[in-house]
Amino acid sequence: MSLTYEDVVAKYEPVLGLEVHVELNTESKMFCGCATVFGAEPNTQTCPVCLALPGALPVVNEKAIESTIKIGLALNCSIAPFSRFARKNYFYPDMPKNFQISQYDEPICVDGYVDVEIETDEGPKKFRIEVERVHMEEDTGKSLHVGGATGRIHGADYSLLDYNRAGIPLVEIVTKIVPGTGKYAPEVAKAYVAELRDILRSLGVSDVKMEQGSLRCDANVSLRLIGAEKLGTRSETKNVNSLRSVERAVRGEMIRHAELLNAGGRVVQETRHFQEDTGLTRSGRSKEQAEDYRYFPEPDLVPVEPDAAWIEKLRAGLPERPSIRRKRLQEAWAVPEKEMAAMINADVLDIVEKTVLLGADPTKARSWWLGEISRIANDKDVAIADLAITPQDVAEIVALVNSGDLTDKLARQVVEGVIAGEGKPSEVIAKRGIKVVNDDGALMAAIEKVCTEQADTAEKVRAGHIPAAGALIGAVMKETKGQADAARVRELLLGHLGQPTS
Amino acid sequence: MIRNTAAQMAAKLASGETTSVALTQAHLDRINSVEDKVHAFLFVDEKGALEQAASVDAKRAKGEKLSPLAGVPLALKDVLAQKDKPTTCGSKILEGWLPPYDSTVVASLKKNDIVILGKTNMDEFAMGSSTENSAYGPTHNPWDLSRIPGGSGGGSSAALASFEAPLAIGTDTGGSIRQPAAVTGTVGVKPTYGGVSRYGLVAFSSSLDQAGPCARTVLDTALLHEAIAGYDPKDATSINAPVPQVVQAAKDGNVKGMKIGVVKELNGDGYQPGVRARFDEALELLAKAGAEIVEVSAPNFEYALAAYYLIAPSEASSNLARFDAMRYGLRVGDVDGASAEAVMNLTREVGFGKEVKRRIILGTYALSSGYYDAYYGSAQKVRTLITQDFTKAFTQADVLVSPTCPTTAFKIGEKANDPLAMYLNDIATIPVNMAGIGGMSLPAGLADEDGLPVGFQIMSPVMKDERMYSVGAALEAALLSKWGAPLLNRAPTLEASK
Repeated sequence: MSLTYEDVVAKYEPVLGLEVHVELNTESKMFCGCATVFGAEPNTQTCPVCLALPGALPVVNEKAIESTIKIGLALNCSIAPFSRFARKNYFYPDMPKNFQISQYDEPICVDGYVDVEIETDEGPKKFRIEVERVHMEEDTGKSLHVGGATGRIHGADYSLLDYNRAGIPLVEIVTKIVPGTGKYAPEVAKAYVAELRDILRSLGVSDVKMEQGSLRCDANVSLRLIGAEKLGTRSETKNVNSLRSVERAVRGEMIRHAELLNAGGRVVQETRHFQEDTGLTRSGRSKEQAEDYRYFPEPDLVPVEPDAAWIEKLRAGLPERPSIRRKRLQEAWAVPEKEMAAMINADVLDIVEKTVLLGADPTKARSWWLGEISRIANDKDVAIADLAITPQDVAEIVALVNSGDLTDKLARQVVEGVIAGEGKPSEVIAKRGIKVVNDDGALMAAIEKVCTEQADTAEKVRAGHIPAAGALIGAVMKETKGQADAARVRELLLGHLGQPTS
Repeated sequence: MIRNTAAQMAAKLASGETTSVALTQAHLDRINSVEDKVHAFLFVDEKGALEQAASVDAKRAKGEKLSPLAGVPLALKDVLAQKDKPTTCGSKILEGWLPPYDSTVVASLKKNDIVILGKTNMDEFAMGSSTENSAYGPTHNPWDLSRIPGGSGGGSSAALASFEAPLAIGTDTGGSIRQPAAVTGTVGVKPTYGGVSRYGLVAFSSSLDQAGPCARTVLDTALLHEAIAGYDPKDATSINAPVPQVVQAAKDGNVKGMKIGVVKELNGDGYQPGVRARFDEALELLAKAGAEIVEVSAPNFEYALAAYYLIAPSEASSNLARFDAMRYGLRVGDVDGASAEAVMNLTREVGFGKEVKRRIILGTYALSSGYYDAYYGSAQKVRTLITQDFTKAFTQADVLVSPTCPTTAFKIGEKANDPLAMYLNDIATIPVNMAGIGGMSLPAGLADEDGLPVGFQIMSPVMKDERMYSVGAALEAALLSKWGAPLLNRAPTLEASK
């Protein structure tokens, strides 16, 4: 009775709703001065406020408000001249106050949209995702449930609590329902989260690392019969930790819902947890009986009333929209779509652009950053940005290759040297004694030496068997410690052995 | 020496007539001799107080410039966090907790070199009007040990009235500074909301709570007021403006040409005859001192009590959620296999008293979806109306006045099982908190029928706290010349029975 995806979309129309939580990268927490470094020793980034000690009071982080307004503006929202924080009351051990300070009926940004473009059977197609609201809240602490089969609180032997994350500024971006995506619902969901991630990254307000949880997506999915008005019951899938998972989770839920509906069953309104290994979701908290959070305005904080001039200043300072910038660069550099995507995925677009602006050829700049340098970063398990090589260095190296002062092979050594901390390219070249051997006399001496040592092979080439020259060229390169230009070696060698050189 | 005013003590310290160590020791001795009858303190910090006193004496010996109250001892309500000292809020649930930080009020006291004698008893989490709701037993009124000293700050007022301390800090959510002051014949001020930082004040109802000064004279209260008031960036609701000149106002005590508005709705039915008599007498004295007495109306005050008992419990139900046994305080039922939920439940069941639970339940109900608009929402509207009543009244008068409470101190146990009767005690003090304005209670004399103290309440507009000090000081001076000696001289000495 397992349905194919085609069966599902032939009968049902999916309706999406996406809630994205973004951890802001502010230096300090939302309501206190504690640091927000990821991965610090448990409970070392805490204070009376974020531990909810009796008497402690929250004070709003201005920087977090600024970041949220920037996000709202970038998502085409209007910024509320008056918004308030509210308390969301519920008991859970990782929530120190047993209420979360959030925004409820008076969020700071409302009514925006994000346009995404995906490939369809009819070519590229644009979808508009309407954003209902963008609001601020604080993150909870982290529970680690030890023992028990599920890693969840029920059945655990004991639980450990880390409050470092408690109070880290979170921004929640909630879409309106997204109908009309049809069979492309999974792709649209993925494209939306990807676009959001790019926008947030361009704003510099978050690390947007899905795998570290600084960007988290909850995907709401429901189905209705094609042509029906009434919305179906939705499920809310949490724990979706990568772009690919967003797509898989939506697709998986669509199939699961359809199977239930086809069998005459009904979808239960509940939270579900996405499982990376199987691509399936597991039932979580039921939301059949809506939880009563007893929201009320947070009396410890005053309303947020951003100055109109400040908002306009922030609007004027917004960076170019990533999708527009991408198109602009792609055209200017004449890069194929796939290569462009590779650069975005590897997060090297900025650095390549800088390198190009310093005079490097776009193709070469791209191939250095995406190739050799990415490989070294991978080997060392660090981010490219953390390597000791700058766009300036790469531009210099590219120039040296163009002028014939370096071969590609030598250039790789220079790159290695710069990354190893040996200095600027010129310093590495000097220290390592790297130079192209372009003295034909020296090359001829090496060629004669090699042809004597490998007389049999030389004879084959002399007899017209050109492919055998490869081994001789290799030996000459070795003899000249790789500092020769291989093309010139080939030319001289073939001439030496009486063969045509082109 | 302990019967001096704080200002007199400060003068003696400044002149070298006495030392802070001697003064502090005298108060510790007094505490030792009367505490078994009064039970004003939950913790007496003998060692800490003497150390602090010695350090003030050393600073003075070195010729350092000191603040006006440097070296004078003080009793601190146990709802304010003091680093490394027990802070229980009168509750079992915080038994044994030692705060790792100082509240801003405590930091200010320390900065002003005011010696902290210890922590005073209170109704659990400041919920009550008698200190009978303390988990550690009631405090007794020094005027009559069988009576309540008011609440929630009954420990602080009793400490003043029994000469255990010349200064005290209270907190006032619906009258917890003023009503205890009234029933013990002392002075208490609830400053404008936001005038004194709430950072480190364990919250009962965040939008109503306000710490304030308590003493035996208006001037002493003003001196303490200036020591603790001012903007605090750690409290988002703190007001960023200069502190009202309350000391100068208390020194001048000038009411000439001031308009004093008697609130019609806070004087009449339900007020004890002796309370009304003393109130009327005070008005005459103020008129004689040059004030103009006018009548004002505040028609929405009649809904204040009902609205208060929705707003305060609602906020409390959320504020008290943090007491869950996870990070500090009491933990009950933490045995093998017990879930966090079960431990939370048991701890809260055992750790909270009856009145606290009553208010948590009330507040939880009032905030519930479907009831929010009818209860919390309506209460907030009433709050706005009360504020408008005040705004209008303050166009007709510079300050407003009323009796602080309808009655004098009642007997311990008399209203313990009648929460509504207990709540009614705060009927005249609550509107001030609802509007966030300033309020003072000072002694107006004794009621003829029971010989117990009566309080006179003065209310001033937001950040015009100096006005209530002007009126208070004028009335105090007039009464003192009428009585010939401070009212508290007529209270039992307490040591006689020893």
